[in-house]
Formats: sequence, structure tokens, C-alpha cells
Amino acid sequence: MDDPLVIADREYSSRLITGTGGAANLAVLERALVASGTELTTVSLRRVDAGGGTGVLDLLTRLGIDPLPNTAGCRTAAEAVLTAQLAREALGTNWVKLEVVADDRTLLPDPVELLDAATTLVDDGFVVLPYTNDDPVLALRLEEAGCAAVMPLGSPIGTGLGIRNPHNIELIVARASVPVILDAGIGTASDAALAMELGCSAVLLATAVTRAEDPERMAAAMRHAVTAGRLARAAGRIPQRFWAQASSPPR
Amino acid sequence: MRIVVNGVPREVADGATVAEVLAALGLPSAGIAVAVDGAVVPRASHAVTVVAPEASLEVLTAVQGG
Repeated sequence: MDDPLVIADREYSSRLITGTGGAANLAVLERALVASGTELTTVSLRRVDAGGGTGVLDLLTRLGIDPLPNTAGCRTAAEAVLTAQLAREALGTNWVKLEVVADDRTLLPDPVELLDAATTLVDDGFVVLPYTNDDPVLALRLEEAGCAAVMPLGSPIGTGLGIRNPHNIELIVARASVPVILDAGIGTASDAALAMELGCSAVLLATAVTRAEDPERMAAAMRHAVTAGRLARAAGRIPQRFWAQASSPPR
Repeated sequence: MRIVVNGVPREVADGATVAEVLAALGLPSAGIAVAVDGAVVPRASHAVTVVAPEASLEVLTAVQGG
């Protein structure tokens, strides 16, 4: 595998992690997942109905995509820890996308509860991938707590506002020794490419694909954008200049 | 006895185990996780864990999200 994404003990050839939320139905979701080339995809945990199936899990199994359960909807460390433990039982994985949000309007992470939950879950043997603010100090604290990656937001969940503070993302990347995964806020392909150009190891997105007019086509766009951004980062971009510099010989 | 499953009051046989409650209510046994009064019951213990009267069960599964 050329240039794999390594998280904990796993290697992925795709650097695009997707979510399954927001898709109109499982058929649309399947086409988008295939077009994205993703190998790791988030799912949520909710109360099961009598006779209710596990359609999304069956789909991921059939496509050979690893499920990444999240703790969406949790407001406290205690709730998130219990949800992660239930997800481990239901899905048979000790990986978790840890989300502990402060309120419904911003869905921004609650840093105090997040760090508390991360510490508890690492101690309990989980591979913890925390959804965090674009705060370079908190990112370091989460890494010190034993998280397998840090996942700073570009902007709030579902807004499509892109990366509002690119410098903070660069600061997080500069000091991290675990993968940095840009999570939340991606609106279109250029946002995903920028995340990779800033040095992120991967991009996690859902809404930008599942609620696009053509999810399958946007999924393909995101796949190419992540690859392009990764290549550009490795290639080393030219310095930005104020004045023009001719690229043709003067005479 | 009366218990609460996913927020809904249910009547099940006295001394029922977690596995028996799931079966009686037509809930799947695979791809799910069960918490009784806020504590996870490991799958291996479903058949031997007796549910107490008035207990509250949460039965969860994976859905689209995130």
C-alpha cells in the first residue's frame, strides 16, 4: 500500500472517512460510499424498533467498509462513555468517534467533557478518535490522554462553511504525533483539498456528500480532492508573492 | 412483571433474562447492545442476566449517522 493512512493498528489506502447520516436512502448511500472510495465510515447508535433491522451495518459489511460508531447526541462524558461501551457491544469494535457536544445550535464540542470522556475510554481499551474544536492546546491534551488521532472541526457540523481558521489547523498538525483528521464543516471539494494541503492526514465528512444534489458525484469529487490535496502538500507549494514573477523568459 | 424497554412500559414474565426479554418483544439478538439501568450487559451475559421488576432497558443498534 502506497502512502497509507495509519491509525492505531490499522492501515487504510483511502484518506477520506465518510459519515452515513443525511442520505435519502440506503441505495443513494451505497452509491456515494462506493464513489468516495472510503474504507471507514461512521454510524450512530439509537434505540432499536421491534422488527427493525440493521440495514446500514449490513451495507457496510457488504461493501467491506469498517464501521466507526460515534457518540453523537451525547452532552456529558458519562453519556458518551456509556454510548461507546454499547457501540462496542453492538458492533464488535473498540474504535469510537468521540463526540460530546455542548448545545444543539452550534454542536460545538464541550472541551471539558470531551477530555474527561477520552481519558476514561482510553483507560477502558478504546481506540478514541475525538471530534474536537480547532484548539491547538486541546488537541495536544487529547493526544496526551492517549487518543489515536485528533479530529478538529473546520467549522460547525453541517454548516458547509469550510475551514474558518486554517492557521489553527496548521498549528495542530505541526505539533501532533498522531494523525490529524479534519472533521466537520466541509462544504465542497476545495475545502477537502485545503485540509490536506494544510497537512491533515485525512478528512471526515458526511453532509457535504449526503445532502449534495448528486451525492455520488460529490463523493467522487471529495475522493479526488483529498488525493490532490495530499499530493500538493507533499509536492511543496511555491511561496506566495505580492508582485508578479514572469514564467516565460524575458526575451 | 413490569419493566421499561426503550422508554415504553412492558409486561414480561417474572424472572425473565435479558435474552428472554429480547425474544418476547421481537427484538433482534445480533447487532444490538443492551444496557440495564444504565449499565452495559455484555452479550455473553444476556442469557444469564435476570431482569429485575421495574428495571429500565435500553436496546440500541447502529443507524445512519455522523
